[in-house]
Amino acid sequence: MVWPLCLSIFLMLVHLSSYANVVNIKVGFLLEKTPVLPALSNLDPVLTDEGIQGAELAIKDNNTTGKFTGHQYDLKTVEIPVGGDVNAAFEQLLKEGYSYVIVSVQAATLGKLSATATMKNALLFNVATTSGVFRSGQCGVNLFHIIPSDEMRADALAQYMLKKRWNKWFLVKGTDKKDKNFATAIKRSAKRFGIKIVEEKTWTFDHDARRTAQADIPVFTQGADYDVLVVADVKGLFGEYLTMNTWLPRPVVGTQGMVPRAWHRTHERWGAVQMQNRFYKQAGRWMNDVDYASWLAVRTIGEAVTRASSPNVSAIKSFMLSEEFSVAGFKGTKLTFRMWNNQLRQPVLLATPRSIVSVMPHKEFLHPRTYLDTLGYDKPESTCHF
Amino acid sequence: MFKRMVVTLFLSTFSFAVMADTLYITLEKDNALAVVDGETGKLLKTVPLGQRPRGIALSKDETQLYVAASDDDTIQIIDVATLKVVGNLPAGEDPETFRLHRDGKHIYVSNEDDDIVTVIDVDTKLAIKEIAVGVEPEGIAVSDDGKWVVNTSETTNMVHWIDPVSNTIKANTLVDPRPRAAAFSTNSQTLYVTSEIAGSLSKLNVASTKVESKLYFKIPGVDKELIQPVGVLVHPNDTLLFVALGPANRVAVVNMETFEVEKYLLVGQRVWNLAFSPDLKRLYTTNGVSNDISIIDVDDLKVTKSVRVGHYPWGIAVKK
Repeated sequence: MVWPLCLSIFLMLVHLSSYANVVNIKVGFLLEKTPVLPALSNLDPVLTDEGIQGAELAIKDNNTTGKFTGHQYDLKTVEIPVGGDVNAAFEQLLKEGYSYVIVSVQAATLGKLSATATMKNALLFNVATTSGVFRSGQCGVNLFHIIPSDEMRADALAQYMLKKRWNKWFLVKGTDKKDKNFATAIKRSAKRFGIKIVEEKTWTFDHDARRTAQADIPVFTQGADYDVLVVADVKGLFGEYLTMNTWLPRPVVGTQGMVPRAWHRTHERWGAVQMQNRFYKQAGRWMNDVDYASWLAVRTIGEAVTRASSPNVSAIKSFMLSEEFSVAGFKGTKLTFRMWNNQLRQPVLLATPRSIVSVMPHKEFLHPRTYLDTLGYDKPESTCHF
Repeated sequence: MFKRMVVTLFLSTFSFAVMADTLYITLEKDNALAVVDGETGKLLKTVPLGQRPRGIALSKDETQLYVAASDDDTIQIIDVATLKVVGNLPAGEDPETFRLHRDGKHIYVSNEDDDIVTVIDVDTKLAIKEIAVGVEPEGIAVSDDGKWVVNTSETTNMVHWIDPVSNTIKANTLVDPRPRAAAFSTNSQTLYVTSEIAGSLSKLNVASTKVESKLYFKIPGVDKELIQPVGVLVHPNDTLLFVALGPANRVAVVNMETFEVEKYLLVGQRVWNLAFSPDLKRLYTTNGVSNDISIIDVDDLKVTKSVRVGHYPWGIAVKK
């Protein structure tokens, strides 16, 4: 007890002597609650702190750095109940001086917040919405995407399948909006990489596949011959039961089976073990994609504040979009923003429940700018106009 | 051409006769120590160690080896003659890289998970100080004149300048993203720091603690994303330094005067750490992914041999 106290006093002294004026950076976190889904099984606990844990860890990291640079980061988390007014909560945060706001909200909400952010000169960091709409079309000048888009994930899958020469896909999708988005991204990737979707079906059966998997799925998956079954079931209502129940012996990829992800608990390369350990120690659970994106969002702010000339929003934003900016994210390469749609470039992990199969893109996929731009909307495709 | 000849001549004055040497290599995934004869490149034996062994160093009198067993949260002391573990040092949590101060009495360890550098008194086997540094402390270097210990923090992206008398931080220098290793020039006037993500080598003036210049590595035909500088080693004659470039599978030979790359040497996969033979004839590299070490002829700047040693060779110590 005495030791940490001494340490903190010492740190305070260092702090005070070096920086008479500590600059305060206020980071907000908006978490829009969604209706709790019917549990497929009791395997995974429902997380109430998804993303928040990642942001909290990064705030600690930033403050450790901040004591050497004279910056103090504060995090305020606001949870909005189902059906609550997220935009009002956002405006309240802005009034309190929170100009950097991480958002884990529904797609419909994101559009509204983005308009407000543009008007009020605040920066939004999207850590949950994967829909391509916000990366091409409905872009926001102050909306930055830390989480990889559906298109980046689908391209990662397609590249790997192409390498394996699994060129014929059987696409199974659910009826949810998110399932449709993912299926659209899959079709875009198939076209991009010359893969043929030989069969496409929509799962409309009862979701309690525990009872019916052995009866329904073999029949459902009959049809044209294919190399791999691609599933689009974001909420996980039936996809888990496709593996080992298909009519033909075929691998399952997509939202279940082998899944393209921003982060996975078995990822351990490039120093990721340290990250996994630090997160587990703090949260008592493993880091997921949204936690990772939230950690990265706060680290992005920290990196920009440390290196940009001034901590004001405009300076930070232009620095983030400049050549000098990069952030490290335990993926073996520096991560930077795409200037045409504010998406963070990053490798995508292909993971099965207990292992990483591969980290995409592979360097054989060439690109004149960076191999990372072989994933997701490239500059000529994106219809954003900033 | 002329310059190369001068360098070569200069190098050769250091090496009159080839001396036998023994290499001790930590195997991160095998939880073991590989013992290799440096001259013949023969794997002599493999000895079990603690969990996830990484950093390694010889004691000043070369009778003992210190090995950071990261997952056991300790530095193991190994008797060189028997290769048995004879003791432990309180290294704090998850020790990775460490360096012995020139006095032979103090070890500086980076504790990645706790953002501290632990100072250990080797004689009393006590941790005498914990120094709060940036996030994910990694590289440690001690200047030859013993006046500075520096630590790099990977996520804070800084070099922390520690005064080994008071064991407090005297200065901090912001460097390129993900600084990994650091090495002082033999005259202790310059510090070199590798940045893994930026793909650069920074040259810092010790007197001012400022970055003087940066060198960005470029290899034709190799993606810039794969060029990730990690280990750095200065030749004692202060004319050349060597930088391990990780997944670029190459070691860069840098002319310290011009601060330009003279040559890239193709070695094994994900080259991490570097060490010289005592006669400075050979340079050894640990190659994490290809599970081997490469042996480089320092006079000719040619890779002569690769030796399979075990899974994930990480650290290396060389004994006369």
